[in-house]
Amino acid sequence: MARKSRETPEINAGSMADIAFLLLIFFLVTTTMDSDSGISIKLPPWEDKPQENETKYKARNVLEVLVNSNNQLLVEGELLKVNQLRDKTKKFITNYGADENLSVSPDKAIVSLKNDRATSYKTYIDVQNELKAAYREVREAYSLSKYGRKYDQLNPTQEEEVQNKFPQKISEAEPETIGKE
Amino acid sequence: MKFNKKRAAGSAKINTASLPDIVFMLLFFFMVATTMREVTIKVKNSTPSASEVEKLTKKNLVSYIYVGAPVSALQDEFGTATRLQLNDAFKSKDDVRAFVETERNKLYEDDKAKMIVSIKADRDVKMGIITDVKQELRKANALKLTYSTRKKAADDKGDLN
Repeated sequence: MARKSRETPEINAGSMADIAFLLLIFFLVTTTMDSDSGISIKLPPWEDKPQENETKYKARNVLEVLVNSNNQLLVEGELLKVNQLRDKTKKFITNYGADENLSVSPDKAIVSLKNDRATSYKTYIDVQNELKAAYREVREAYSLSKYGRKYDQLNPTQEEEVQNKFPQKISEAEPETIGKE
Repeated sequence: MKFNKKRAAGSAKINTASLPDIVFMLLFFFMVATTMREVTIKVKNSTPSASEVEKLTKKNLVSYIYVGAPVSALQDEFGTATRLQLNDAFKSKDDVRAFVETERNKLYEDDKAKMIVSIKADRDVKMGIITDVKQELRKANALKLTYSTRKKAADDKGDLN
């Protein structure tokens, strides 16, 4: 009888790569890479009876943004392009009572957004984006001048202070049905 | 000195012992960096782009509502009108509340208030159906909403329209 060798026999690992490739291809096919990102908003709670509290606010503190079914923008009765909305909103927020048609102070400023049921989703997102961008830029400028740091580098208490100074109040009215969907 | 040594007749063997290691490394990278596809998307879904986006980090808190026209392969069957897709099927807006309830019940008790609904709508969709969905979400008390968008550079000020 032949003597068994002391060493353990070698396992043939030649097919290991094939197995791993198979697994790799399986994961490549069944998974997706895209990380999800989006514009976050908070909806108001549902009320059975819609309240008429628009009258509580002074007209100068409300920036009225209307989008019609042809995706045209009317801001405070003025026809604007989407790329002009950001500057208009910034001017409105940081007015501090100077212009008597614009807001008294940033924490009283409200943006009222109303769209038509036939407004395209893309335009709506563009408008939302410009409004958010206006608030972000205003906060950015304020935190740079006050703390000398960018808004996202502030510590939590400072961040809260800036947020309270410039609260993002975007109210959405029920859309109208004028255009054809 | 002799420079050209005699080569063996066959081609030299490449050592492939580390090949499995390399492939496993790739495999682990993809397992970590990607997520499983959960639903087959049956509607056209090219989301608009925006600059002010936030990343959704906690995937398990997010439920998706897809809105758009059916993909071209399904248009013979379902037409080209805008549809709502919940999980794997076309549904109407009346099903949104039930959908939100089932999704919420899947979460742990502590997380139920943190639930986020993500609307993945096509850029050509009209706001009417989005508004209907929003009203249903308000009724279902799912108030955290994100509009799924792609990221674009911050200085891009929308389209000229």
